[in-house]
Amino acid sequence: MTTVFPNRILPYLLLAPSILLVLVFFIYPSIQSVELSLYLVNRVRDVKAYVGLENFQRLFESDAYLDSLRITVIFTVIVVFSSLTISLALAVGASQPIKGFGVYRTMLIWTYALSPSVAGVIWVLLTDPAIGILTDVLRHFGVVFNWRRGQTDALIFVSMAATWKILGYNILFFLAGLKNIPHEVLEAASLDGAGAWRRFWRMVLPLLTPTILFLLIMNTLYAFFETFGLIDITTQGGPGRATEILIYRLYLDGFRSASRIGLASAQSILMLIIVAALILFQYRFVSRRTFYQ
Amino acid sequence: MSAVTASTAQAKVIYAERWRHRLYPIVMYLVMATAVLLVTFPLIYAFVLATQETSTGTLHLGGALIENATTAWERVHMGRLMVNTLIVALTVALGKILLSLLGAFGLIYFRVRGGMIILALVMLTHLLPLPVRIVPTYDLLTELGRVDTFKGLTIPFFASATGLLLFQQFFRTVPTDLADAARVDGAGPFRFFVSILVPVSRTNIGALFLIEFVYMWNQYLWPLIVANSDRTRQVQVGIKQLVATDSVIEWGVLTSGALMIIIPPLIVLLALQNSLMSGLTASSEDF
Repeated sequence: MTTVFPNRILPYLLLAPSILLVLVFFIYPSIQSVELSLYLVNRVRDVKAYVGLENFQRLFESDAYLDSLRITVIFTVIVVFSSLTISLALAVGASQPIKGFGVYRTMLIWTYALSPSVAGVIWVLLTDPAIGILTDVLRHFGVVFNWRRGQTDALIFVSMAATWKILGYNILFFLAGLKNIPHEVLEAASLDGAGAWRRFWRMVLPLLTPTILFLLIMNTLYAFFETFGLIDITTQGGPGRATEILIYRLYLDGFRSASRIGLASAQSILMLIIVAALILFQYRFVSRRTFYQ
Repeated sequence: MSAVTASTAQAKVIYAERWRHRLYPIVMYLVMATAVLLVTFPLIYAFVLATQETSTGTLHLGGALIENATTAWERVHMGRLMVNTLIVALTVALGKILLSLLGAFGLIYFRVRGGMIILALVMLTHLLPLPVRIVPTYDLLTELGRVDTFKGLTIPFFASATGLLLFQQFFRTVPTDLADAARVDGAGPFRFFVSILVPVSRTNIGALFLIEFVYMWNQYLWPLIVANSDRTRQVQVGIKQLVATDSVIEWGVLTSGALMIIIPPLIVLLALQNSLMSGLTASSEDF
């Protein structure tokens, strides 16, 4: 422990605002979420009736929720896998000890500043049936891509936009992780010369494992929650329910309907369980990483 | 060993050296330039479309950028939204930095009973992102009469496990001599905090500011729910209005609006990227 100032009350005063905010805006609403999930609530008719675990039962019997769960898993797996592999490749390339490569680093991390909703708008431009250049290119190869009509196309579309947006964040963390690896190791694993591929797998990748696990969790949370804006501004969950991920379903039930508040809270609790599992996994295997957003 | 094989081996070495020093960097320059172009292309295409007079897909620059941007600016009161979002992003970023600096200072430089419990309580917030408590938090805001206010947009974000953990970890690496010297000189805790601890933390403060500013500037769900008047509306929701207000989307207007709102977080990223990088790679050896 570092030097201690003798004051007895002061430290508690310093900590009080943080503790108070955690209690009022985190702990109290979370407990209420648990409580609400056991009730049937109707905001319009001002009714609140205890129904036990019925909300949870209804969720697991509803196609909408099960579909949403399935879509979220597919979407998350695609986004996490493609963004991690692409950004790792780009970060390793950009961190080669070659003069002038610093410029590439800046030019690869800029999507970090982008919001998911703006990323959505930009990908609409690329893939719009009328003005999208990517649609034109695909059509040239005989592929008809229309995310406004095709359910699979829509899921591919939101996955591509979401992947692209998170590249900057991942590359930033990979570059930092690579910087922490001793110079000699990187030099030996430099991509030129024979056996470079094997050296990358044997030496660089194991040393990057903490960064990879950290980003795995962060990207999963990103796909779960942050992509809400991207979906709301582009597909709004459609066509049909093709892109209705869990957070979007929760928004519809919690804020676009007066009688499904209890159902929305039950979804919150299920989400809490998933997030808790992920974070505990992170604490167990990745430990002291602290950057969260 | 014949002379022929010796010279072949020698040639191989020469080729390998030439590859390493001349060709390899050139190949990598080209590979990376292509990669940068691919990653940046969507933005370039968006910029080209923002300059078009009519809604057409093309790769030629048009001349209507200013006109489109002006229309977008006026249609959703972008100036007002920018100010609103700036207020929220700055308030939360600075508020979080201040609260976590003070909290970490309390935890590390004083004797605190139950310090571990407090830390655990704050860490618990990691498990509770806004979506898992969004309905009751909104209800709470309604009860407090703070829907559609800047307080409602900012205060729920103030508590930060990220910041507290970051600074308390960092304070542990600050040499004890600094605090000792300050005490010998008769400096009280606040003097030490303001004139020594905050200055040595500037890299981490910069890193946290970047992260929180970008995070708040890009908020979407919470502002969509709680900020529905021009007085408090945030830029991301403003872009949604550009999509939603027309039956036919005017692509040039929408795109120029979307590009406009990237500028502030991009400036912050460019200004503070080195702080973030050294914050992420820092170790106690830096002292």
